[in-house]
Amino acid sequence: MSVSSVATEVVDPVPGAEAPHLPHQPDLVQLLTPEGERVEHPEYSVDVSPEELRDLYRDLALVRRWDVEATALQRQGELGIWASLLGQEAAQIGAGRAMAPDDMAFPTYREHGVAWTRGVDPLHVISLFRGVDNGGWDPVATHFNLYTVVIGAQTLHATGYAMGLQRDGAESAALAFLGDGATSQGEVNEAMIWAASFSAPVVFFCQNNQYAISVPLERQSRVPLYQRAAGFGFPGVRVDGNDVLAVLAVTRAALAAAHDGQGPTFIEAFTYRMGAHTTSDDPTRYRLASELEEWKLRDPIARLKAYLSRSGIADHDFFDAVEAEADELAVRIRRGTVEMPDPPGTAMFDSVYAEQTPHLARQRAEFEAYQASFEGGVER
Amino acid sequence: MTQTLTIGKALNLGLRRAMEDDPKVVLMGEDIGRLGGVFRVTDGLQKDFGDDRVVDTPLAEAGILGTAVGLAMRGYRPVCEIQFDGFVFPAYNQIVTQVAKIHARSRGKLAMPIVIRIPFGGGIGAVEHHSESPEAYFAHTPGLKVVAVSNPVDAYWGIQQAIAHPDPIVFLEPKRRYWEKAEVDTGAPPGPLFASRVVRGGDDVTLLAYGPMVKTALQAAQAAADEGRSIEVVDLRSLSPLDLDPVFESVRRTGRCVVVHEAQVTLGLGAEIAARVSETCFHSLEAPVLRVGGYDTPYPPSKLEEEYLPDLDRVLDAVDRAMGF
Ligand SMILES: Cc1ncc(C[n+]2csc(CCOP(=O)(O)OP(=O)(O)O)c2C)c(N)n1
Ligand SMILES: [Mg+2]
Repeated sequence: MSVSSVATEVVDPVPGAEAPHLPHQPDLVQLLTPEGERVEHPEYSVDVSPEELRDLYRDLALVRRWDVEATALQRQGELGIWASLLGQEAAQIGAGRAMAPDDMAFPTYREHGVAWTRGVDPLHVISLFRGVDNGGWDPVATHFNLYTVVIGAQTLHATGYAMGLQRDGAESAALAFLGDGATSQGEVNEAMIWAASFSAPVVFFCQNNQYAISVPLERQSRVPLYQRAAGFGFPGVRVDGNDVLAVLAVTRAALAAAHDGQGPTFIEAFTYRMGAHTTSDDPTRYRLASELEEWKLRDPIARLKAYLSRSGIADHDFFDAVEAEADELAVRIRRGTVEMPDPPGTAMFDSVYAEQTPHLARQRAEFEAYQASFEGGVER
Repeated sequence: MTQTLTIGKALNLGLRRAMEDDPKVVLMGEDIGRLGGVFRVTDGLQKDFGDDRVVDTPLAEAGILGTAVGLAMRGYRPVCEIQFDGFVFPAYNQIVTQVAKIHARSRGKLAMPIVIRIPFGGGIGAVEHHSESPEAYFAHTPGLKVVAVSNPVDAYWGIQQAIAHPDPIVFLEPKRRYWEKAEVDTGAPPGPLFASRVVRGGDDVTLLAYGPMVKTALQAAQAAADEGRSIEVVDLRSLSPLDLDPVFESVRRTGRCVVVHEAQVTLGLGAEIAARVSETCFHSLEAPVLRVGGYDTPYPPSKLEEEYLPDLDRVLDAVDRAMGF
């Protein structure tokens, strides 16, 4: 058995995935096994230096630490809610690091790892979940759009952005993020039709984390998601979403094809949401703990760590240094969160329109006068 | 037969009873089965009635409402849950162009006994799209009826009445009040669904509210009473059709009317009510009808929602203005 056939014969560990209605598990692009072995793939390879490998590890470890800290902050009442990326770090770091600076990302609400790769300050993501604003970063400067909470809406935005790139003759692409549940939305299907019809330079990056809140993939699709792309008329590929190298390779290739005028690609990153849907969710109501235990064996960070140690690319000192950096990051996030000032009440009036209306300006003034009437201990 | 119930549990029991009474009742929505809904309103129903009657749907609101139309044509009574107010819009086309119009289009040959349950309103510290008050869009649409419950009694009986009713109903649930408790008489026959109700008597000002704002209005009336002011509070209950006769009767006595809702003031329910009260009670009015509502901005990030939402002080401020006119 050749190495490459081993790589494509990954047994799918998801309970129910072998239900009779599902066709045989298709090929899964993998370059790093769950045990941390580098393997070849006939179509995809990735050229990464030892230094880049260490950087990928650092990215993975730091975003996980950010995520853990944010979850703790929510539990302590500092955030309204948090949508954890736990388990999806490799999918997000791999996709984010595949992007060129001028490529544009269109995230959902869970792409903290991609935000990290675009240089977005974690506190600018935290401020959304704290209820201070709807995301504190500049989507133009970072090439990372604001989070979109309405499922699937951003896939059309990405497609339109790609149509703009096309008209401008820019050698860039849009990367639309979506979940497995989102693939059921009409708008997502419209986005794929538009992308195909106009051969738009957009890549649909679907993190199939097996659930839409409590609803398992089987309710959204009777075929593996990547196979949907064929029906729209462009390539689809399933990649091991817990393998940062494979995700990097597959996303780079798709973006290169888009840059090159070859139109859209659909990437299904096969992964698992190791935490709750959000901090408001209770997954014990709808899934078995044993499922999580199985997926822990495919942890995206552990496998890279195993590979880096075994191959001598990184040593104890390196891992200790990353750990120390993660500690510092956590401290910075915690301090920045608890010290984050509340916005002034007038903020809600200030950017509703590009050109303020007289009516809203008047309402703002009334609001200020009303608020002022409480100041200085005025009792009503 | 009385029980102490929260609004959420009252809805749960009301749904259960409706499903027992009529095998054609089918519940549809995202995460309503195994999970029991994100607010647990459908908790336990899939286990007891099966997954043909409590359907975890694909993640597609247009699909939920569009297939509800077809099911209704086969004699089913779909009860559709929209997970949060801000996510009804993918279904808006189906609701406004189809659900609302099919009865008229078919000259009454096709009925659309569909209930669209929507947890609505703010105050829970959520992120964007989880705190909206979209009632005016639906009340503006001929063919739809719109009700908003404010307490466990109306939740328990209202959901059953809505399901039994032949027209499509947008059924608004005050999400921040889901955990409010009251005694519910599960044996007593209910009053009508499309009727407003005076929930506190008074002589100086008529204060109108619905859904989550009823509690705020009652608190304001209590605070005003401590200052010697007598406020009559009306729970509108039905937003389309509006039942304003009790309101007119009240305003003719008080001469003053204040309407409060969380929704943005401009073209909200208050605008329609102010127009009708002015038309009908013009000679009795001592002051213009005043509105208290959300500012004309997008619902703000949660750190600002307390300043955005009408509260006791803002209601009393309007009462003062009405009195001082
Ligand atoms: C239009 C719309 N409907 C419902 C919701 C509520 N909701 C938030 S996340 C979610 C599940 C999304 O699942 P998936 O697309 O798989 O993404 P994941 O959360 O797993 O990353 C739902 C139903 C929403 N945000 N938008
Ligand atoms: Mg998912």
